[in-house]
Amino acid sequence: MSFDLYPGEVMGIVGESGSGKSKLLKLLAGHLEPDLGEVLFDTRAEGLRDTVTMSEPERRMLARTDWAFVHQNPRDGLRMSVTAGGNVGERLMAVGARHYGRIREEAVDWLGRVEIDESRIDDRPSAFSGGMQQRLQIARNLVTAPRLVFMDEPTGGLDVSVQARLLDLLRGLVRDMGLSAIVVTHDLAVVRLLAHRLMVMKDGRVVEAGLTDQVLDDPQHGYTQLLVSSVLQV
Amino acid sequence: MIELKDVAKSFTLHNQGAAVIPVMQNATLSVQPGECVALVGASGAGKSTLMRMIYGNYLAQAGCIVVDGVDVARAEPREILELRRVTIGYVSQFLRVVPRVPTLDVVAEPLLAVGVELEAARARAAALLERLNIPRTLWGLSPTTFSGGEQQRVNVARGFAHGYPALLLDEPTASLDAVNRATVLALIEEAKARGAAIVGIFHDAAAREQVCDREIDVTGFTPQRAA
Repeated sequence: MSFDLYPGEVMGIVGESGSGKSKLLKLLAGHLEPDLGEVLFDTRAEGLRDTVTMSEPERRMLARTDWAFVHQNPRDGLRMSVTAGGNVGERLMAVGARHYGRIREEAVDWLGRVEIDESRIDDRPSAFSGGMQQRLQIARNLVTAPRLVFMDEPTGGLDVSVQARLLDLLRGLVRDMGLSAIVVTHDLAVVRLLAHRLMVMKDGRVVEAGLTDQVLDDPQHGYTQLLVSSVLQV
Repeated sequence: MIELKDVAKSFTLHNQGAAVIPVMQNATLSVQPGECVALVGASGAGKSTLMRMIYGNYLAQAGCIVVDGVDVARAEPREILELRRVTIGYVSQFLRVVPRVPTLDVVAEPLLAVGVELEAARARAAALLERLNIPRTLWGLSPTTFSGGEQQRVNVARGFAHGYPALLLDEPTASLDAVNRATVLALIEEAKARGAAIVGIFHDAAAREQVCDREIDVTGFTPQRAA
């Protein structure tokens, strides 16, 4: 499997459970090691580097700075024993922020953007609902202005109203900051609004890829046609 | 600006016995800057299909679809995205937006996408909404709850916000009253005057008469069905 992703592009990956879409995301983000092949990333300092062969500390540095990973289960992406403000501030400190007042200000700003009330800043995420935890995870990940975000079912557990707000937030970041993202989801409505390009996976292979609206409106592969025609209309 | 040569389209329904339905062949047309061409033909003749192919929303099986030097039938997704951002606008009959985003921002978005400053983009969006008689009280609300006619006008405002050199208009005056219809026709005239190449579908014959320079009957591109 091969593909390119450019700055400011959002790629959606859809497919049924077991199609390999989450596995692909983990391979790209360095959570799993591929048997073969390269994952090239345009690093700030040295241009294109193969993230598979770079050293572990280098890869961790990337994961803390230019990359972000939004997990399907917020518990995998949050520190449950640290306050909401701390969860957001921690990522900032990891990239060198030291001024307490500014870190807190930034944390408040980001909690607001994901619609978490400022009064909850000193609460632990364990006291939050699943949807709030997910929003907190997204704030924690985006606060350092990463250039590439990996998302695994990011809006899965969210109320539709919050989901809409997040989609708008992500679209704004993509447009204004040139953020790139790879989003794994089974929600075709989310993909239509968020992703520029779409890859459809089945049994570990890409069966179809192209412009999102083209793949959804004029699907060429039998599996994609089945997928699109199976969506319930609202 | 828009050149189609020998474009063909068929749909293959894999889940219905792989039935192949040819819907278009040898579609050829050319639209110059400042010209408005109407697609005509009976319902189901392929007017919207042709328009969707020009926008890259439907894939063409054969032929070239060149918009401002880019062959949409062969271009990479990235090239088509760039073309849609800068060069070609599409006013469809459906408004597809992220829920909860205010109408003013929905209309301003194509301007922000080409780098216009937020304030300037909102000012241009406001002027268009004003002209299209969308009450100011609705600007801060999402258009998802609007009436059909209001959504239609928001869609038109969005399509005309950025001065695309090429425009595709699918029934832009449908479900509009006389005053708003006149405004939309004026917007089309203005776009032509600044040199936009326009392809339109108008069931409204009088509107077609007023803004279109010529008609192309897509029935001529319908494949002859085997008896």
